[in-house]
Amino acid sequence: MLHALANPARFLKIARPLTPALFWGGLALTLFGAWAGLTQTPADYLQKDSVRILYIHVPTAWLGMGGWSGLAVACLSYLIWRHPLAIVAARATAPVGAVFAALCLITGSIWGRPTWGTWWEWDGRLTSMLLLFFVYIAWIALARADAERGGDGRIPALFGVAGTVLLPIIRYSVVWWNTLHQGESIGITRSSIDGSMLWPLWFTLSGFSLLFCGIVLMRMRALLAQQKVEARLRRRAAQ
Amino acid sequence: MKAKHQRLTLGILAVVAILGAALLALSALKDQAAFFYAPGDVAGKPLPLGKAVRLGGMVEKGSLIRAKDGVSIGFKVTDGKAVVPVRFRGVTPDLFREGSGVVAEGQFQPDGSFAADNLLAKHDERYMPPQMAGKMHKSESLEP
Repeated sequence: MLHALANPARFLKIARPLTPALFWGGLALTLFGAWAGLTQTPADYLQKDSVRILYIHVPTAWLGMGGWSGLAVACLSYLIWRHPLAIVAARATAPVGAVFAALCLITGSIWGRPTWGTWWEWDGRLTSMLLLFFVYIAWIALARADAERGGDGRIPALFGVAGTVLLPIIRYSVVWWNTLHQGESIGITRSSIDGSMLWPLWFTLSGFSLLFCGIVLMRMRALLAQQKVEARLRRRAAQ
Repeated sequence: MKAKHQRLTLGILAVVAILGAALLALSALKDQAAFFYAPGDVAGKPLPLGKAVRLGGMVEKGSLIRAKDGVSIGFKVTDGKAVVPVRFRGVTPDLFREGSGVVAEGQFQPDGSFAADNLLAKHDERYMPPQMAGKMHKSESLEP
């Protein structure tokens, strides 16, 4: 299935109607989740209303890390199967993931001030997430430099795979190290967030995820169009 | 072996190596990456005197004493293994209360106590509405 999608023409045929569906569907879910989180849930016993920022903070953290997972899978499949579309997907994902990582840091900082009493502390979770943001920026710079020098994208692809080392560190930083950040609230089978407060999070999580995919598809189509224009200009110059 | 399969094997090996590296980093940095000392970490060992450090744990229930000047407080920090008395003068974070987590920034004193010049509140990963919290465990507020 992935091999069939690797054909750019076939990919574009599917991506064209999928992009607006993902974008508007994601926006609707996000807005509903945010509204429900702000008005339909009880406040926390300890944090009162400041807990409501979690409906934004958790999805941005999830997509900041999920974005890098997607980028790494794209890079790995580019290295193994040499699908030209894979590196386009990685290049389309990087800035979106970086924005979500930044949003996670910003919302976390805003949340930290009233609860912990500080905007920023160099604890394991916060520092490793900041590192991920920097790694995104470095990957974007490297991919651009590589493209400008006419590289085939193999070097940024290697870096994309290597950067994955940060993901388990971020995930387990609160388990293995003692940190100011609290432990994991949402596991695979259980959650320490009470059900009456949890349900809008599923809407914002799925909504932001669809938005993320929609924006990545948008960027992939733009990058493919740009490649086409460049190829045509080259052909014309050669004539 | 086709080149594609060779690359696939290399790719899988690379992913395994990366996960191994992450595990090594997590366990090797366990001490350096610690954000604070727990009372149990310093019990029975020479105190890190004259250094700005952080001490973290739970505020022991019933240990909070407020001085008459209204801004000085004393309390005990515990991690279940050891207890350290802490003195602090200043504004406490909103979430600071007995039975809840705290990270104190300051210095150990030669007598084994801790003089804090800043307090951070540490909360746990449980979120619930007030009426449920009342049933499950009482969280004492600083307010009288």
